Amino acid sequence: MTFRRLILALLLALVTGTSFVGSALAVQPDEVLDDPALEARARDLSAGLRCLVCQNQSIDDSDAPLAKDLRVLVRERLKAGDSDKEIIEFVVARYGEFVLLKPRFTPHTWLLWLATPLVLLAALAAIVLAYRRRKVAAEGPKPLSTNEKRRLQRLVGEG
Amino acid sequence: MIAETGHYALILALAVAIVQMVLPVIGTRLRDPQLTAVAVPAAQAEFILIGIAFIALTTAYVTSDFSVLNVWQNSHSAKPLLYKISGVWGNHEGSMVLWVLILALFGAAVATFGTNLPRQLQANVLAVQGSIAVAFLLFIILTSNPFTRLDPAPFDGQGLNPVLQDPALAFHPPFLYAGYVGFSMAFSFAVAALIDGRIDAAWARWVRPWTLAAWMCLTLGIAMGSWWAYYELGWGGFWFWDPVENASFMPWLAGTALLHSALVMEKRDALKVWTILLAIITFSLSLMGTFLVRSGVLTSVHAFAVDPERGVFILGIMAVFIGGAFALFAWRAPLLSQGGLFAPISREGSLVLNNLLLTVACAAVLVGTLYPLALEAVTGEKISVGAPFFNLTFVPLIVPLLIAVPFGPLLAWKRGDLYAAAQRLMVAAIVSLGVMIVTLAIYQKGPWLAPLGIGLGVWLLMGAATEIATRVKLFDASSTESWRRARNLPRAAYGSALAHAGVGLMVIGLVGTTAWRTERIEALSPGGTVDIAGYQLKFEGVAPRQGPNYQERVAVFEVTRNGHPVTELKPSKRAFAVEKSATTEAGIHNSWRGDLYVVLGDELKDGAYSIRIYFNPMVRLIWLGALVMFFGGGVSLSDRRLRVGAPKRAKPKSKTATAAAE
Repeated sequence: MTFRRLILALLLALVTGTSFVGSALAVQPDEVLDDPALEARARDLSAGLRCLVCQNQSIDDSDAPLAKDLRVLVRERLKAGDSDKEIIEFVVARYGEFVLLKPRFTPHTWLLWLATPLVLLAALAAIVLAYRRRKVAAEGPKPLSTNEKRRLQRLVGEG
Repeated sequence: MIAETGHYALILALAVAIVQMVLPVIGTRLRDPQLTAVAVPAAQAEFILIGIAFIALTTAYVTSDFSVLNVWQNSHSAKPLLYKISGVWGNHEGSMVLWVLILALFGAAVATFGTNLPRQLQANVLAVQGSIAVAFLLFIILTSNPFTRLDPAPFDGQGLNPVLQDPALAFHPPFLYAGYVGFSMAFSFAVAALIDGRIDAAWARWVRPWTLAAWMCLTLGIAMGSWWAYYELGWGGFWFWDPVENASFMPWLAGTALLHSALVMEKRDALKVWTILLAIITFSLSLMGTFLVRSGVLTSVHAFAVDPERGVFILGIMAVFIGGAFALFAWRAPLLSQGGLFAPISREGSLVLNNLLLTVACAAVLVGTLYPLALEAVTGEKISVGAPFFNLTFVPLIVPLLIAVPFGPLLAWKRGDLYAAAQRLMVAAIVSLGVMIVTLAIYQKGPWLAPLGIGLGVWLLMGAATEIATRVKLFDASSTESWRRARNLPRAAYGSALAHAGVGLMVIGLVGTTAWRTERIEALSPGGTVDIAGYQLKFEGVAPRQGPNYQERVAVFEVTRNGHPVTELKPSKRAFAVEKSATTEAGIHNSWRGDLYVVLGDELKDGAYSIRIYFNPMVRLIWLGALVMFFGGGVSLSDRRLRVGAPKRAKPKSKTATAAAE
């Protein structure tokens, strides 16, 4: 089953890895950090933070001044040695969950995250049920078992 | 006077639409052929009247008649003619007139070319179309009149949003609307079938061309929007999972599922109830798309409350049509007979899988789009649902579907042989695997799964080729026999293979540009150079230039590759004085490897400019793929079996043939 493995690998990779939306930037030359590793982390973090004044853009993509402020803030925290998690916490504490482009899995987003798997399960169940019902309908009633036949004979014989 | 004529024509169109909605239904109930036949001229008259209104509005725009409020708000005498015309639908009121115009066009087409439809079905379909027209004409006339006058007339207009002054965006809305509204045909046919309580394979044959045409328009419309975003927004992004994009993507997903399920219904008389339901869902999503974009609910739930009249009206329209259709479905669907049986592994089974994954993927997009709105409305809490959510929910559903695509056409109807199909796909699998390995060797950097994505795209391309090769028995029969088979193969087969190949191209483009895009952000002074992806760019400087209705600052870049001159790129920043806003025009050099994409930023201190340069590998394949999908749809549409006139010609012939035999 190498093929199945391949599919699984691909799926996993897609789930954990890339974004299918072209990453891009409105980062200005003067904002770029000297340390490439730190800058790469800054870019990753920025891509997941929403520009508060834009329509659905990340701060990494946005030209808005507020987005720039946030980008600089992220980089300052990075330089101060914060971890990615600490920076996200810091930004959320200041601006609320609204800045997260990937909502957290908390009670008020349970339905958001679980809806798709639930719909998938429900649809699968519906298909299986419909198929079974159709098959039963097509096969017609089951033939009588030997017990039933014997009983029928007895009834007919008695009648 | 022209504006009043347009307004009057709209009101007349409403009256005609009411006739079209009511009389044919009464006619079919009373079995009165004359009353039933009213549907045809009514649909034609409705189209002519809305056409007059549309021409009147366009005339007002072209002649810059600023005594019309709508023209004053959205046009300017200095605007180029193309954008004066596209300005007609570049605003709320005008775009709604375009919406009903396309609706009436489809209705008139069914009335004029649908002469082979059973009378009763045609009358019912036109009546449902009429009811949609009534709702939207009422909406326009009561809340969004485009012909409102302004007295005294201002000297000049306020202009059109500069980002809309673009060729791709000029034609993006008409195609999008033709797609949205085209699905109303499938909806009307579905509701008519439910009213009749009768549905057969011929029904699917009538519905399919309309659905296909709508799907083609929507495909092109969405691709145009994304193409526009790519070159106009100035950083090379092409899809943002923005609610407005999602609003058009959901009907596309459902419509794609509908195309496939209608196929099962036409060929095998199965999945009838599901196809009807899907037709209703698809148009409901189109209506929702219109609602989301037109009501202002997306900018904020509160914007909706500020100007509730329009939003509530469209919400009402949605409730009536979606609620009504679902109620009718619940009531009448059990009456519809169930059709042919099939094994899980069969062509039908593969199309069920297609429908399952497409509709669940559509549900994922729906939840991601509406959840923040619902949460804010209920609890006041604001959250964002962005690209990461859709990558986690949508992509895992679509990838298995794409892997399965090449198998579907190789499976037989009723009962298929998966093992035999896999054997036929062996060459495709080996080629895809080879490409993966080569890609991995070439691009050692970048996400490790990207080669798998490229392999998936190649798999789709090879799968499409395998389908055609199998059907013409390439290598299995003599070349003359294969050639004969190739010529006799129905165009629908070529169409579907093309469309699937288009998806493959798109996947390669998406993966390639996402994984291996490179970028430079530099502060450049004139004379400075940048190296990227084998190119060397020399910044020559910035010069001002005067456009038709804007001032621009144009940067000039000399592009060389290995010392040989390649091209000159001229990204610019345009300032629109009338609209008091600016746009960024990227400089793009296109080659088979990818796009070199240069954006001019702000002027920095000491005469330097902030310059962004990207190299987007394979990015053009995304839109090439969409074009191939569109073209595939067109080839399929030209198939004689699908032509609207075809069933009629076939029927009497077979009748006379059997009569002669007797």
